[in-house]
Amino acid sequence: METPALSLDRITCTFVSPDNPGQRYTAVRDVTLDVAPGEFVSVVGPTGCGKSTLLNVGAGLLEPSSGEVRVFGERLAGINRRAGYMFQSEALMPWRTALQNVTAGLEFRDMPADEARRQGEAWLQRVGLGGFGDRYPHQLSGGMRKRTSLAQTLVLDPDIMLMDEPFSALDIQTRQLMENEVLELWAAKRKAVLFITHDLDEAIAMSDRVVVLSAGPASHPIGEFTIDLARPRDVAEVRVTQRFIELHKAIWDVLREEVLKGYQQQKKAA
Amino acid sequence: MWSAIKPNPRNIRIWQVLVLVALFAFWHAMTVPGLIPPVFFENDRQAAFFFGEPLKILGRIWTWFVVERDIYGHLWVTLLETVLAFSIGTAAGLAVGMWLALAPVAASILDPYIKAANSMPRVILAPIFAVWFGLGIASKVALGFTLVFFIVFFNVYQGVKEVSPTVLANARMLGASQRQLLRHVYLPSATSWVFSSLHTSVGLAFVGAVVGEYLGSARGVGYLILQAEGTFDINTVMAGILVLTAFALFLDWVVGLAERRLMKWQPRSGETEKL
Repeated sequence: METPALSLDRITCTFVSPDNPGQRYTAVRDVTLDVAPGEFVSVVGPTGCGKSTLLNVGAGLLEPSSGEVRVFGERLAGINRRAGYMFQSEALMPWRTALQNVTAGLEFRDMPADEARRQGEAWLQRVGLGGFGDRYPHQLSGGMRKRTSLAQTLVLDPDIMLMDEPFSALDIQTRQLMENEVLELWAAKRKAVLFITHDLDEAIAMSDRVVVLSAGPASHPIGEFTIDLARPRDVAEVRVTQRFIELHKAIWDVLREEVLKGYQQQKKAA
Repeated sequence: MWSAIKPNPRNIRIWQVLVLVALFAFWHAMTVPGLIPPVFFENDRQAAFFFGEPLKILGRIWTWFVVERDIYGHLWVTLLETVLAFSIGTAAGLAVGMWLALAPVAASILDPYIKAANSMPRVILAPIFAVWFGLGIASKVALGFTLVFFIVFFNVYQGVKEVSPTVLANARMLGASQRQLLRHVYLPSATSWVFSSLHTSVGLAFVGAVVGEYLGSARGVGYLILQAEGTFDINTVMAGILVLTAFALFLDWVVGLAERRLMKWQPRSGETEKL
């Protein structure tokens, strides 16, 4: 078998409350998950099930309490240099223009300024923001900021893409456009993608494989589905195919109970 | 008729000037001996003695700036003290603020001392600084520094603490080293907080300079005021105050100019896209 691009091996993350060391919360327990090179894997689960925790572990931003992360077979220590991360919330530096944001990673790698600028502009073109390089993030719409984030991550040509509900704040039309764009870019480069979402439709439409996490605390994978829909796909069109509906039903049967459980737990906590 | 002169955004400057003129007219009417019968005082010279006369004050300013041209040296000294106190204080506040915000252990050790130093009425240090640094500009710069430093320090400290964790994590994922994080994330984030405090701190640098001069010096606008006060020359005192006020407004305007240039990435409320 091929070495996975990203391999999470029995990951457990327990958080200790800083004010009250006795209070512990185990977000994820014993999660094992492999993403092969070029594979698009989505993780779905009810809110608060530790999906983002897993992604942060894979990015090297968070050290797991136990378990091991391997990147192309090598044990990960510190930041995952081969991964690009698209965050759920606003992650652009507000004091940099769109272009400066896109070139930030290149600048951190000491690339000469004019070469960085050339690549940055090419990527802005590719995500449809050709004339917007000199705008500051607050002058861009939510969708444009997401495109900038996408360009910012992809300009570094990462081998692994980690995406944390990147489009959850967008309206449905913009969202489908962005999903198609991401699929197109992915098809061209074939990077390993670990995609976190709470939207099952999005997960099925985009992925090769969907992993369902149980409700927290101590969530763990409870189901894994291979999505055998033909590519290239159009996220809007694929949703009405027979196979999509079957898959949706099969996954939803597993997910529904967990969603209800998660909802009950949140109500109790509130 | 009224609709033509009603205050609106276009003629607001005219109204602002009118208020000034009215103020001076009132001042003039109340103080010039013999113009109107004394209202409050027993004889008609007392109002002028206590409050000065606008025309004489303006005459004094005219003499300073045009006839004898002897104020520029004093203004220059005050300006130098202000700018030095402001820039050294801001730089030190920025450096120490960044350091303590990124070194929580040092911050928690020093916390009570910072609080103590900040709550101390620091103007009282002026005589000590005069002893330490002499009556030249160094003691005034030191006083202004203690005033400016804490304002900037607290703002930088807060600014670094409030850096968005997502922006920080994103920069780290993009490959920023510790030094690059400092330069490209913490510093710009702190700068926006610093600028909100710069209007206050440039004013305080000025206060430090003038109070320092007032307490003991041989040059500067504060010194001029002190001299005039010694001879009960209220017109010169008032003239000095007017000059200082205009000067402070000018400094504030310069800071505003720098702010608009450097902070153009910040959204202003109600701003629409200008295409």
